[in-house]
Amino acid sequence: MFWYSQNNQIVHIKPYAHGGTVHMESATDELSVRIWRGGETGYWAEYAVEARSNQTVLDVVTEVQRKHEPSLAYRFACRVGVCGSCSMTVNGQPRWTCRTHVKKIVQNGELVIEPLRNLPRIKDLVCDLESFIDTWQRAGATFQGRYARDDLPQKVNPDSKARKQSDAALQCINCAVCYSACDVVNWNRNYLGPAALNRVWTLINDERHVAQSETFEKAFARDGCSSCHSQGNCTRFCPVELNPASSIAGLKKTAFSKLKTRDGA
Amino acid sequence: MKEHTLFVMQRISAAVLAPLVLVHLALILIAVEGGLSAEEVLSRTRGNVGWALFYGLFVTAAAIHAPVGIRNILREWTGFGWKTIDALAAAVFALLLALGCGAVIAVF
Repeated sequence: MFWYSQNNQIVHIKPYAHGGTVHMESATDELSVRIWRGGETGYWAEYAVEARSNQTVLDVVTEVQRKHEPSLAYRFACRVGVCGSCSMTVNGQPRWTCRTHVKKIVQNGELVIEPLRNLPRIKDLVCDLESFIDTWQRAGATFQGRYARDDLPQKVNPDSKARKQSDAALQCINCAVCYSACDVVNWNRNYLGPAALNRVWTLINDERHVAQSETFEKAFARDGCSSCHSQGNCTRFCPVELNPASSIAGLKKTAFSKLKTRDGA
Repeated sequence: MKEHTLFVMQRISAAVLAPLVLVHLALILIAVEGGLSAEEVLSRTRGNVGWALFYGLFVTAAAIHAPVGIRNILREWTGFGWKTIDALAAAVFALLLALGCGAVIAVF
Protein backbone atom coordinates (compact mmCIF):
# COMPACT_ATOMS: atom_id res chain seq x y z
CA MET A 1 0.00 0.00 0.00
CA PHE A 2 1.30 3.39 -0.99
CA TRP A 3 1.28 5.46 2.14
CA TYR A 4 3.23 8.32 3.57
CA SER A 5 2.65 11.25 5.87
CA GLN A 6 4.34 14.04 7.72
CA ASN A 7 3.62 12.66 11.15
CA ASN A 8 7.06 13.59 12.32
CA GLN A 9 6.18 17.26 11.99
CA ILE A 10 4.79 19.41 14.74
CA VAL A 11 1.07 18.94 14.88
CA HIS A 12 -1.01 21.90 15.83
CA ILE A 13 -4.68 21.25 16.36
CA LYS A 14 -6.65 24.33 15.60
CA PRO A 15 -9.93 24.65 17.49
CA TYR A 16 -12.86 23.73 15.31
CA ALA A 17 -14.29 26.80 13.69
CA HIS A 18 -17.80 26.71 12.35
CA GLY A 19 -18.92 29.72 10.46
CA GLY A 20 -21.43 30.88 7.90
CA THR A 21 -24.07 28.36 7.00
CA VAL A 22 -22.28 25.24 8.18
CA HIS A 23 -24.93 23.06 9.78
CA MET A 24 -24.06 20.38 12.30
CA GLU A 25 -26.59 17.80 13.34
CA SER A 26 -24.30 15.26 14.90
CA ALA A 27 -20.68 14.26 15.00
CA THR A 28 -21.20 11.86 12.10
CA ASP A 29 -22.26 14.72 9.85
CA GLU A 30 -18.92 16.39 9.87
CA LEU A 31 -15.53 15.60 8.49
CA SER A 32 -12.36 16.06 10.45
CA VAL A 33 -10.01 17.63 7.92
CA ARG A 34 -6.31 17.89 8.67
CA ILE A 35 -4.45 20.20 6.30
CA TRP A 36 -0.75 20.95 6.01
CA ARG A 37 0.04 24.63 6.66
CA GLY A 38 3.36 26.19 5.82
CA GLY A 39 6.13 25.19 3.43
CA GLU A 40 8.85 22.57 3.96
CA THR A 41 8.35 23.15 7.66
CA GLY A 42 4.98 23.87 9.12
CA TYR A 43 2.19 22.28 11.09
CA TRP A 44 -1.07 20.45 10.73
CA ALA A 45 -4.26 22.40 11.19
CA GLU A 46 -7.54 20.65 11.78
CA TYR A 47 -10.94 21.84 10.66
CA ALA A 48 -14.48 20.58 10.86
CA VAL A 49 -16.31 20.57 7.56
CA GLU A 50 -19.85 19.49 6.98
CA ALA A 51 -20.08 16.06 5.42
CA ARG A 52 -22.32 16.24 2.38
CA SER A 53 -23.80 13.48 0.32
CA ASN A 54 -21.94 14.59 -2.78
CA GLN A 55 -18.69 16.46 -2.27
CA THR A 56 -15.19 16.22 -3.67
CA VAL A 57 -11.94 16.76 -1.83
CA LEU A 58 -11.55 20.03 -3.71
CA ASP A 59 -14.99 21.07 -2.42
CA VAL A 60 -13.74 20.42 1.11
CA VAL A 61 -10.54 22.43 0.61
CA THR A 62 -12.54 25.27 -0.93
CA GLU A 63 -14.97 25.23 1.99
CA VAL A 64 -12.09 25.42 4.46
CA GLN A 65 -10.57 28.33 2.56
CA ARG A 66 -13.83 30.24 2.25
CA LYS A 67 -15.26 29.66 5.69
CA HIS A 68 -12.40 28.94 8.04
CA GLU A 69 -8.98 29.83 6.67
CA PRO A 70 -8.91 32.60 4.04
CA SER A 71 -5.10 32.46 3.91
CA LEU A 72 -5.07 28.80 2.86
CA ALA A 73 -3.16 28.42 -0.42
CA TYR A 74 -4.11 25.76 -2.97
CA ARG A 75 -4.33 25.40 -6.73
CA PHE A 76 -7.29 24.65 -8.94
CA ALA A 77 -8.64 25.83 -12.26
CA CYS A 78 -11.13 23.77 -14.26
CA ARG A 79 -12.71 21.75 -11.42
CA VAL A 80 -13.69 19.03 -13.93
CA GLY A 81 -10.56 16.91 -14.32
CA VAL A 82 -9.08 18.55 -17.38
CA CYS A 83 -6.39 20.95 -16.22
CA GLY A 84 -4.49 18.81 -13.69
CA SER A 85 -3.96 21.76 -11.33
CA CYS A 86 -5.60 20.52 -8.17
CA SER A 87 -3.50 17.44 -7.42
CA MET A 88 -2.77 16.89 -3.74
CA THR A 89 -1.92 14.08 -1.39
CA VAL A 90 -5.11 12.88 0.29
CA ASN A 91 -4.97 10.29 3.05
CA GLY A 92 -1.47 9.36 1.93
CA GLN A 93 -2.17 8.95 -1.76
CA PRO A 94 -1.74 11.36 -4.68
CA ARG A 95 -5.06 12.28 -6.26
CA TRP A 96 -6.81 14.78 -8.50
CA THR A 97 -8.96 16.36 -5.87
CA CYS A 98 -11.66 17.77 -8.14
CA ARG A 99 -12.71 14.28 -9.24
CA THR A 100 -12.13 12.48 -5.97
CA HIS A 101 -15.32 11.97 -4.00
CA VAL A 102 -14.84 12.21 -0.27
CA LYS A 103 -17.08 9.30 0.56
CA LYS A 104 -14.94 6.95 -1.51
CA ILE A 105 -11.71 7.66 0.36
CA VAL A 106 -12.64 9.05 3.78
CA GLN A 107 -11.30 6.97 6.66
CA ASN A 108 -13.10 7.14 10.02
CA GLY A 109 -14.52 10.52 9.09
CA GLU A 110 -11.02 11.92 8.55
CA LEU A 111 -9.26 13.52 5.62
CA VAL A 112 -5.54 14.31 5.71
CA ILE A 113 -4.58 16.67 2.92
CA GLU A 114 -1.04 17.75 2.06
CA PRO A 115 0.91 18.80 -1.05
CA LEU A 116 2.17 16.33 -3.63
CA ARG A 117 5.24 14.34 -2.69
CA ASN A 118 8.58 14.71 -4.52
CA LEU A 119 8.10 18.42 -5.16
CA PRO A 120 9.29 21.43 -3.11
CA ARG A 121 6.53 22.91 -0.98
CA ILE A 122 5.80 26.60 -1.44
CA LYS A 123 2.86 27.27 0.84
CA ASP A 124 0.18 25.06 2.34
CA LEU A 125 -1.09 22.79 -0.47
CA VAL A 126 0.86 24.48 -3.25
CA CYS A 127 4.11 22.91 -4.42
CA ASP A 128 6.70 24.13 -6.91
CA LEU A 129 6.19 22.29 -10.22
CA GLU A 130 9.31 23.64 -11.91
CA SER A 131 11.36 20.47 -11.45
CA PHE A 132 8.45 18.43 -12.84
CA ILE A 133 8.05 20.67 -15.89
CA ASP A 134 11.83 20.61 -16.45
CA THR A 135 11.75 16.83 -16.85
CA TRP A 136 9.70 17.24 -20.03
CA GLN A 137 12.41 19.43 -21.53
CA ARG A 138 15.24 17.20 -20.37
CA ALA A 139 13.50 14.14 -21.78
CA GLY A 140 13.31 15.66 -25.24
CA ALA A 141 9.53 15.53 -25.07
CA THR A 142 9.07 18.34 -27.58
CA PHE A 143 7.45 17.68 -30.92
CA GLN A 144 9.38 18.70 -34.03
CA GLY A 145 7.62 18.40 -37.36
CA ARG A 146 9.07 18.63 -40.83
CA TYR A 147 6.40 20.80 -42.43
CA ALA A 148 5.77 24.53 -42.26
CA ARG A 149 2.38 26.11 -41.71
CA ASP A 150 1.69 26.45 -45.43
CA ASP A 151 2.26 22.75 -46.11
CA LEU A 152 -0.55 20.25 -46.08
CA PRO A 153 -0.85 18.19 -42.89
CA GLN A 154 1.03 14.94 -43.01
CA LYS A 155 -1.22 11.91 -43.43
CA VAL A 156 -1.01 9.41 -40.61
CA ASN A 157 -2.65 5.99 -40.69
CA PRO A 158 -4.74 5.82 -37.50
CA ASP A 159 -4.75 2.03 -37.64
CA SER A 160 -0.98 1.62 -37.63
CA LYS A 161 0.55 -0.06 -34.56
CA ALA A 162 2.73 2.94 -33.78
CA ARG A 163 -0.19 5.37 -33.97
CA LYS A 164 -2.30 3.22 -31.67
CA GLN A 165 0.54 3.04 -29.15
CA SER A 166 0.93 6.79 -29.29
CA ASP A 167 -2.82 7.40 -28.97
CA ALA A 168 -3.01 5.18 -25.90
CA ALA A 169 -0.56 7.41 -24.04
CA LEU A 170 -1.68 10.81 -25.27
CA GLN A 171 -4.25 12.11 -22.83
CA CYS A 172 -1.89 13.16 -20.03
CA ILE A 173 -3.14 16.22 -18.15
CA ASN A 174 0.24 17.01 -16.53
CA CYS A 175 -1.19 16.69 -13.05
CA ALA A 176 2.09 15.30 -11.61
CA VAL A 177 0.24 12.58 -9.72
CA CYS A 178 2.46 9.89 -11.28
CA TYR A 179 5.58 11.94 -10.50
CA SER A 180 4.46 12.19 -6.90
CA ALA A 181 3.62 8.49 -6.70
CA CYS A 182 6.95 7.34 -8.17
CA ASP A 183 9.37 5.91 -5.61
CA VAL A 184 12.29 6.21 -8.03
CA VAL A 185 11.72 9.97 -8.21
CA ASN A 186 11.65 9.95 -4.42
CA TRP A 187 15.04 8.24 -4.34
CA ASN A 188 16.60 10.13 -7.22
CA ARG A 189 15.24 13.60 -7.95
CA ASN A 190 17.20 13.68 -11.21
CA TYR A 191 15.13 10.81 -12.62
CA LEU A 192 12.95 11.98 -15.50
CA GLY A 193 9.85 10.37 -14.09
CA PRO A 194 6.82 8.68 -15.64
CA ALA A 195 5.00 11.67 -17.14
CA ALA A 196 7.89 12.91 -19.26
CA LEU A 197 8.83 9.41 -20.39
CA ASN A 198 5.21 8.64 -21.24
CA ARG A 199 5.22 11.75 -23.42
CA VAL A 200 8.46 10.59 -25.07
CA TRP A 201 6.75 7.30 -25.91
CA THR A 202 4.04 9.20 -27.81
CA LEU A 203 6.75 10.98 -29.83
CA ILE A 204 8.81 7.87 -30.52
CA ASN A 205 5.66 6.40 -32.06
CA ASP A 206 4.75 9.58 -33.94
CA GLU A 207 5.95 9.30 -37.52
CA ARG A 208 5.63 13.09 -37.91
CA HIS A 209 8.27 13.70 -35.22
CA VAL A 210 11.60 14.23 -36.97
CA ALA A 211 13.89 14.39 -33.93
CA GLN A 212 13.50 10.72 -33.08
CA SER A 213 17.16 10.06 -32.34
CA GLU A 214 17.55 13.19 -30.23
CA THR A 215 14.44 12.35 -28.23
CA PHE A 216 15.57 8.78 -27.69
CA GLU A 217 19.05 9.87 -26.60
CA LYS A 218 17.64 12.30 -24.04
CA ALA A 219 15.09 9.84 -22.70
CA PHE A 220 17.78 7.18 -22.35
CA ALA A 221 20.43 9.47 -20.89
CA ARG A 222 21.61 9.03 -17.31
CA ASP A 223 18.70 9.18 -14.86
CA GLY A 224 16.45 8.37 -17.79
CA CYS A 225 14.11 5.51 -18.53
CA SER A 226 16.60 2.76 -17.64
CA SER A 227 16.30 3.95 -14.02
CA CYS A 228 12.65 2.84 -13.89
CA HIS A 229 12.02 -0.14 -11.60
CA SER A 230 8.66 -0.99 -13.20
CA GLN A 231 6.93 -0.72 -9.83
CA GLY A 232 3.85 0.65 -11.51
CA ASN A 233 2.78 3.31 -9.01
CA CYS A 234 2.43 5.69 -11.94
CA THR A 235 -0.11 3.45 -13.63
CA ARG A 236 -1.93 2.69 -10.42
CA PHE A 237 -2.49 6.34 -9.52
CA CYS A 238 -2.86 7.96 -12.96
CA PRO A 239 -6.25 9.68 -12.68
CA VAL A 240 -6.94 9.46 -16.41
CA GLU A 241 -6.00 5.77 -16.45
CA LEU A 242 -2.99 6.00 -18.69
CA ASN A 243 -0.26 3.38 -18.38
CA PRO A 244 3.09 5.18 -18.10
CA ALA A 245 4.75 1.98 -16.87
CA SER A 246 3.84 0.34 -20.17
CA SER A 247 5.13 3.35 -22.10
CA ILE A 248 8.47 3.15 -20.28
CA ALA A 249 8.62 -0.59 -20.93
CA GLY A 250 8.08 0.20 -24.60
CA LEU A 251 10.96 2.67 -24.53
CA LYS A 252 13.20 0.07 -22.94
CA LYS A 253 12.38 -2.38 -25.72
CA THR A 254 13.32 0.30 -28.23
CA ALA A 255 16.86 0.22 -26.83
CA PHE A 256 17.37 -3.23 -28.35
CA SER A 257 16.50 -2.07 -31.85
CA LYS A 258 18.64 1.05 -31.44
CA LEU A 259 21.70 -1.11 -30.93
CA LYS A 260 21.31 -2.38 -34.48
CA THR A 261 21.18 1.08 -36.01
CA ARG A 262 23.49 4.02 -36.30
CA ASP A 263 21.17 5.89 -33.93
CA GLY A 264 22.43 3.83 -31.08
CA ALA A 265 26.08 3.82 -32.12
CA MET B 1 29.35 3.67 -22.92
CA LYS B 2 25.80 4.89 -23.50
CA GLU B 3 23.02 4.16 -21.07
CA HIS B 4 20.90 2.18 -23.49
CA THR B 5 23.90 0.00 -24.34
CA LEU B 6 24.46 -0.72 -20.65
CA PHE B 7 20.75 -1.40 -20.25
CA VAL B 8 20.72 -3.93 -23.08
CA MET B 9 23.92 -5.56 -21.80
CA GLN B 10 22.35 -6.00 -18.39
CA ARG B 11 19.19 -7.54 -19.83
CA ILE B 12 21.10 -9.90 -22.12
CA SER B 13 23.45 -10.94 -19.32
CA ALA B 14 20.38 -11.63 -17.14
CA ALA B 15 18.93 -13.83 -19.87
CA VAL B 16 22.23 -15.69 -20.12
CA LEU B 17 22.50 -16.08 -16.34
CA ALA B 18 18.98 -17.43 -15.82
CA PRO B 19 19.59 -20.95 -17.20
CA LEU B 20 23.21 -21.00 -16.03
CA VAL B 21 22.18 -20.27 -12.43
CA LEU B 22 19.64 -23.08 -12.54
CA VAL B 23 22.27 -25.53 -13.78
CA HIS B 24 24.71 -24.23 -11.18
CA LEU B 25 22.18 -24.70 -8.36
CA ALA B 26 21.31 -28.18 -9.59
CA LEU B 27 25.00 -29.00 -9.72
CA ILE B 28 25.51 -27.88 -6.13
CA LEU B 29 22.53 -29.92 -4.93
CA ILE B 30 23.73 -33.03 -6.75
CA ALA B 31 27.28 -32.60 -5.46
CA VAL B 32 26.09 -32.16 -1.88
CA GLU B 33 23.52 -34.95 -2.04
CA GLY B 34 26.09 -37.24 -3.61
CA GLY B 35 28.65 -36.37 -0.99
CA LEU B 36 31.36 -35.46 -3.47
CA SER B 37 34.69 -34.52 -1.93
CA ALA B 38 36.81 -31.65 -3.21
CA GLU B 39 39.09 -34.14 -4.92
CA GLU B 40 36.17 -35.78 -6.66
CA VAL B 41 34.87 -32.41 -7.84
CA LEU B 42 38.29 -31.41 -9.12
CA SER B 43 38.67 -34.74 -10.89
CA ARG B 44 35.59 -33.83 -12.91
CA THR B 45 36.63 -30.27 -13.70
CA ARG B 46 40.35 -30.74 -14.44
CA GLY B 47 40.87 -30.53 -18.19
CA ASN B 48 37.14 -30.38 -18.81
CA VAL B 49 36.67 -27.71 -21.49
CA GLY B 50 32.87 -27.90 -21.21
CA TRP B 51 32.76 -26.88 -17.56
CA ALA B 52 35.44 -24.25 -18.13
CA LEU B 53 33.32 -22.69 -20.90
CA PHE B 54 30.16 -23.00 -18.80
CA TYR B 55 31.62 -21.23 -15.78
CA GLY B 56 33.65 -18.84 -17.93
CA LEU B 57 30.37 -17.64 -19.46
CA PHE B 58 28.75 -17.63 -16.02
CA VAL B 59 31.32 -15.36 -14.38
CA THR B 60 31.52 -13.06 -17.40
CA ALA B 61 27.75 -12.59 -17.47
CA ALA B 62 27.72 -12.00 -13.70
CA ALA B 63 30.56 -9.48 -13.98
CA ILE B 64 28.58 -7.54 -16.59
CA HIS B 65 25.18 -7.85 -14.93
CA ALA B 66 25.98 -6.81 -11.37
CA PRO B 67 27.83 -3.51 -11.88
CA VAL B 68 25.06 -2.06 -14.04
CA GLY B 69 22.57 -2.70 -11.27
CA ILE B 70 24.99 -1.41 -8.65
CA ARG B 71 25.21 1.88 -10.59
CA ASN B 72 21.49 2.46 -10.14
CA ILE B 73 21.56 1.46 -6.48
CA LEU B 74 24.43 3.84 -5.78
CA ARG B 75 22.65 6.61 -7.65
CA GLU B 76 19.46 6.13 -5.66
CA TRP B 77 20.91 5.54 -2.22
CA THR B 78 24.06 7.68 -2.10
CA GLY B 79 24.82 11.24 -2.98
CA PHE B 80 27.61 10.20 -5.31
CA GLY B 81 28.05 11.82 -8.71
CA TRP B 82 28.15 9.80 -11.90
CA LYS B 83 31.96 9.88 -12.21
CA THR B 84 32.36 8.26 -8.80
CA ILE B 85 29.58 5.78 -9.50
CA ASP B 86 31.04 4.78 -12.86
CA ALA B 87 34.48 4.32 -11.28
CA LEU B 88 33.04 2.11 -8.53
CA ALA B 89 31.00 0.10 -11.03
CA ALA B 90 34.09 -0.41 -13.21
CA ALA B 91 35.99 -1.58 -10.12
CA VAL B 92 33.23 -4.06 -9.27
CA PHE B 93 33.27 -5.32 -12.86
CA ALA B 94 37.05 -5.83 -12.77
CA LEU B 95 36.92 -7.48 -9.36
CA LEU B 96 34.12 -9.90 -10.25
CA LEU B 97 35.75 -10.79 -13.56
CA ALA B 98 39.17 -11.34 -11.96
CA LEU B 99 37.82 -13.42 -9.08
CA GLY B 100 35.51 -15.41 -11.33
CA CYS B 101 38.06 -16.12 -14.03
CA GLY B 102 40.64 -16.93 -11.35
CA ALA B 103 38.31 -19.54 -9.89
CA VAL B 104 37.54 -21.05 -13.30
CA ILE B 105 41.24 -21.29 -14.13
CA ALA B 106 42.05 -22.72 -10.71
CA VAL B 107 39.75 -25.72 -11.12
CA PHE B 108 40.52 -26.31 -14.82
